[in-house]
Amino acid sequence: MKKIVSLVISAAMLLSALCVTGCAKDEGVPMTGEEIYVYNWGEYISNGDDGSLDTNKQFEKETGIKVHYLNFSSNEEMYAKIKSGSMTVDVIIPSDYMISQMIRENMLEKLDFNNIPNFENIDEKFRKPAFDPTGEYSVPYTWGCTAIFYDSRYVDAADVDENSWDLLWNEKYAGKVLMFNNQRDAFGVAEAKLGYSLNSENQEELEACYQELVKQVPVVKGGYYGDEIFDKMESGEALIAPYYNGDLLMLQESNEYIKGYIPPHANTFIDSMCIPTCCQNKSAAEKYIDFMCREDIALANTEYIGYASPMSCVVEQLDEEATGAFFYPSDEKLAECEVFYVLSDETNAFLSQKWEDLMNQSK
Amino acid sequence: MKKDSWVASPFMVWVIVFTVVPLGMVCWYAFTDASGAFTLDNIAKIGTYWNYLKDSLVMGVVATVFCLLLGYPLAYIMSRASWAAQQTMMMLLMLPQWMNFLLRTYAWMTILENNGLINHLLESVGMEPLHMINTKGAIILGMVYNFLPYMILPIYSVMEKIHVSLFEAANDLGADKLATLRRVVFPLSLPGVITGITMVFVPSVSTFVISKLLGGGSNMLIGDVIERLFVGAAPNYNVGAALSLVLMVLILISMAIMKKFDDGEETGGLMM
Repeated sequence: MKKIVSLVISAAMLLSALCVTGCAKDEGVPMTGEEIYVYNWGEYISNGDDGSLDTNKQFEKETGIKVHYLNFSSNEEMYAKIKSGSMTVDVIIPSDYMISQMIRENMLEKLDFNNIPNFENIDEKFRKPAFDPTGEYSVPYTWGCTAIFYDSRYVDAADVDENSWDLLWNEKYAGKVLMFNNQRDAFGVAEAKLGYSLNSENQEELEACYQELVKQVPVVKGGYYGDEIFDKMESGEALIAPYYNGDLLMLQESNEYIKGYIPPHANTFIDSMCIPTCCQNKSAAEKYIDFMCREDIALANTEYIGYASPMSCVVEQLDEEATGAFFYPSDEKLAECEVFYVLSDETNAFLSQKWEDLMNQSK
Repeated sequence: MKKDSWVASPFMVWVIVFTVVPLGMVCWYAFTDASGAFTLDNIAKIGTYWNYLKDSLVMGVVATVFCLLLGYPLAYIMSRASWAAQQTMMMLLMLPQWMNFLLRTYAWMTILENNGLINHLLESVGMEPLHMINTKGAIILGMVYNFLPYMILPIYSVMEKIHVSLFEAANDLGADKLATLRRVVFPLSLPGVITGITMVFVPSVSTFVISKLLGGGSNMLIGDVIERLFVGAAPNYNVGAALSLVLMVLILISMAIMKKFDDGEETGGLMM
């Protein structure tokens, strides 16, 4: 008897689980049978949470094109999956240096801007970025800067110097400081601190950066993370960390004492929409890119993500607290910031080796 | 017998497509360079990764031993319990498995953190907080927690089949509880133990998520290194494949050794 009961219960659980996924499908939307695969960073689109607009669903509703939405957690992961052919997608949203690398390797399609009329919403200064000098391959989605975040309850105001990166090396907060766990960002911080170019290929400079990161090891005490930095700052587990400026508002929602500043020579990044050569439906992909550039859609996305928008018409409509100098640094401030370019294979291999050495040091 | 072998053909296709072919590709990458020419350089480079290999093997062994020490008694108790109790225990064992592996490990992160649950508890009773996250211990805990069911289930399924009459016979012949355990239950449970060890040791040695989340990036294991070689900033499939191959061979060797010495080792383990 009990056996039957437990069987029934498990069956019911299974069924309800199936139903949650199965029944969630929209009814009443006339589908054209077309579909596209979109490959983007996690938490990087307005998805209907907290009363926001589900922009993918809206696209499906208006065009009848089904959107399959997939996430990656690093540019390199995305690159590896597309390069190896294990994934065919129609729209990707990588960062600057990865776009230039993919252009170099003929992995991106030229866009037909006749199909992307909303491109006119993009501000002039974002139209031909250094990583895509002809502007033929990419349409800017969001941009931002690396910043230092700290918990103002525990970090002494006297220790905070907005004109330097020293806070990340302050021994007073040993064990409470986090650091990026990808070599490019981590070395970028050291390069900015020492005043070198963020795209340095000079091995002496990189060696000096390595030494600087070694000095930081006792302060970081093994706290090298990626996206987990967000959770650890939010929960108060960490007091000081480098992260992306656009995340400040979302962090402040759960910990109002978190503050941030953009130190000198910080990295600034632009994430842009591109179409890889493995695309199966280019016109639908362009429709999607155009849709994401539409004012109301871009506004919903910007409000949800919190990262800076390359569209003035969107920025004007944002709340005041989301448009301060921290989120939209002045042109002078930006002039001293630097975008990552693609490095030579040799430098990448050198950095990888140094990164492994560093991780061994911090064991 | 032979007539029915076609029934196995879907499985054969599966194995060929998803095991044999990928294995061949791993070998191909391991013994070629970027241009596709034969080379032994990748294998020669393995030496530089020896530290990671050693750490992974040691931690895999430690996690497996813990799983065995925890899992064996539980499997025994479960197999001798009433049917209802068995079902309840099985349910409790499987319930956490319904949750995603990543989420379970994430949860441990918030439990072990300096500001986490355990330290909050310690503080509330006036004790000094412990530093647990980003240590080897945290990684081993993560392995034991995640892979413990894979130790318990095979041992349990073997023990459950030991007929009650065997216990009665042992009793009749004058064996006390300990002697029954040692001379009857243990030898019969060995196949389950070996399966359990394999099923815990292999994922422990090759894990990269647990070390990343609970080890804080600085306690890299061989799995992390291989991941970096495939999706890192300076990808090198050839060296990555060579490392995977070496890891596979090392695992096979350890399994062979374990099978050989299993008997002696196990009796010792049960004496505690």
